[in-house]
Amino acid sequence: MPPSVQPMVPLVLSAYTLVTANGRGVGPVLDALRERRSALKLCDFEDVALKTYIGRVVGLEEFSLDRELRPFDCRNNRLAWLGLQQDGFMAAAAEAKQRYGAHRIAVVMGTSTSGILETEHAYRERDPRTDALPGWYVPRYRYTHNMFSLGHFVRTCLGLKGPALVISTACSSSAKVFATAARLMQAGLCDAAIVGGVDSLCLTTLYGFSALQLLSTGPCRPCDEDRDGLSLGEAAGYALLESSDRIGGRGTVALLGYGESTDGYHMSHPHPEGAGAMRAIRDSLTRARLRPEQVEYVNLHGTATVANDSVEDKAVYGLFGARPACSSTKGWTGHTLGAAGITEAVISALCLTHGLMPGTLNCRRADPSLKCRILRENQTGSLSCVLSNIFGFGGNNCSLVLGKL
Amino acid sequence: MEIAIRGVGLLAPGLIGWDTGRAVLAGVCPFQPGAVPDPDAMMLPANERRRSSDCVRWAVQVAQEAMAQSGLDPRDLPTVFASSGGEMGVFDKLCRALAAPERAVSPTLFHQSVHNAAAGYWGIATAGQQSSTALSCYDDSFAAGLLEAITVVCVEQCPVLLVAYDLAVPTPLSQARRITTGFAVALVLAPSTDASSMVMRIRLEDCADEPSGLEHPVLEAVRIDNPAARSLPLLNAIAAGGQQIVRLGLLESQQLMVEVGPCRL
Repeated sequence: MPPSVQPMVPLVLSAYTLVTANGRGVGPVLDALRERRSALKLCDFEDVALKTYIGRVVGLEEFSLDRELRPFDCRNNRLAWLGLQQDGFMAAAAEAKQRYGAHRIAVVMGTSTSGILETEHAYRERDPRTDALPGWYVPRYRYTHNMFSLGHFVRTCLGLKGPALVISTACSSSAKVFATAARLMQAGLCDAAIVGGVDSLCLTTLYGFSALQLLSTGPCRPCDEDRDGLSLGEAAGYALLESSDRIGGRGTVALLGYGESTDGYHMSHPHPEGAGAMRAIRDSLTRARLRPEQVEYVNLHGTATVANDSVEDKAVYGLFGARPACSSTKGWTGHTLGAAGITEAVISALCLTHGLMPGTLNCRRADPSLKCRILRENQTGSLSCVLSNIFGFGGNNCSLVLGKL
Repeated sequence: MEIAIRGVGLLAPGLIGWDTGRAVLAGVCPFQPGAVPDPDAMMLPANERRRSSDCVRWAVQVAQEAMAQSGLDPRDLPTVFASSGGEMGVFDKLCRALAAPERAVSPTLFHQSVHNAAAGYWGIATAGQQSSTALSCYDDSFAAGLLEAITVVCVEQCPVLLVAYDLAVPTPLSQARRITTGFAVALVLAPSTDASSMVMRIRLEDCADEPSGLEHPVLEAVRIDNPAARSLPLLNAIAAGGQQIVRLGLLESQQLMVEVGPCRL
């Protein structure tokens, strides 16, 4: 008895925000998309000696969290805090709290590495004789590195008391938060949800992806014939989800569908035929009550690794043919890993609102073996339905359909 | 929400397998905790097993035990994996490597470090393509996993495999997160039918009552030591076989009130 996929009630994104290397808030991100300005720069993170480009959020080293937020202070939660301050998101969350009550709003966050950077630092300061970790670190693991830290932090900042959890399925983490929130709402366990994701630069991912030989030596070039790997980035993004039965007029941006799957194939390689990816996309369309030909734009996962882009092309072409415009926005932000889902969901919402389809940045010549219609230049025009794909380690896939009510 | 329990898997010191665990929890056998042998985790292909972490083998072991009882095809089931800290043993190795001058991280160590490593290996072992979620809610990770699993059962009307695990944290990380014994549990949950032999009805409540504990002082110490062992009061009720109410804490402000019974309630 496999799951039965039923159409869902659309969920309105009644507020959303995003911080990436392109800037703080959706305004700077939209400007960068329009002006085709990449935020990727030669790696200058700590003392990392890797020849690679990164999308680093400027200013995270220049402030710290204080008062009751002090125990949470680490790069990941500073970025999380910065995200909450943009685009009036705190005010929107406070209004929702007034409307529904603190116990009726869920917090569902995604991250891949949480605050592991703190543990990396602590291990450098071990006592050479006893191997003991430094005193400053010991009481702070729970609030920084533990996988729930981000959920705890956001719930504390917003004063919410409903269900909360952190999803960590590598790169798909903050796409899957939409699915979990949708189910919690459908099951009547909450009336609204704060979803989002935060992932920040750390040595684990920089040296880990380097070991896998998946880092590009230049700014990443999604879908390019000479693409040679990804560029890492960092980001924080959030959305307030409310049922379209309660809120949202015509033209409001909403989550129309989600689809989740696994490859059941390999920990760090995608399924060669994109079977899991196709299943996720198909389920997202079913939940959205849409036929493939109604999707106008596909925001690809498009990491710029040789394998991802070619397998994703097979899956997307297999379902849509060469009709919808397809592009990757990783050339702007870098691959923000556990925050990629929310990053690209917010970018998709911006595309819908402003009638923009960003052409793949840094794609000089589209790989001739790719069959999808890869957009290389920005296009403008009315847009009503976007598909966003996110695929991750462990063969974990999630597709979201966003559209206008 | 009414849910049927179709299978249970268990692995912890003195609770090796559900048959033993049920007998201990029902008071039929004494609780004699000792070292847990490295789990067979037979469903893992040999080369994947070789590359797997301890967490992965513990999780796969309890998952395959619960699945076998259910008689269901594992490829049909979405999965939920809940763990407070995930791969703490891998983080220890990784952070040691990153603290050394050469920063030599192996590709295997890196992919083992993701929170969804156990979920991913289970997917490879079963060639399953259903949805899989890996999550954390610190000490309440089991309750959060149960909440996620039952919403999938109810919304998508299908059976779901829930696995919760946390292993003993190695030194020196144990200074910052003290978990002294490993614990892994799996439940196969499904929409209830008239034929269901073990059912639970679950409500999410706003209150600050004490969550259920265990009378046995050593088992109660295990429950407090390991986030996955916060499942013990529920397992205790299942083992007892009668009708019982169990309260599982969820972030101080809420709790899951679980009514367990031998047939539809």
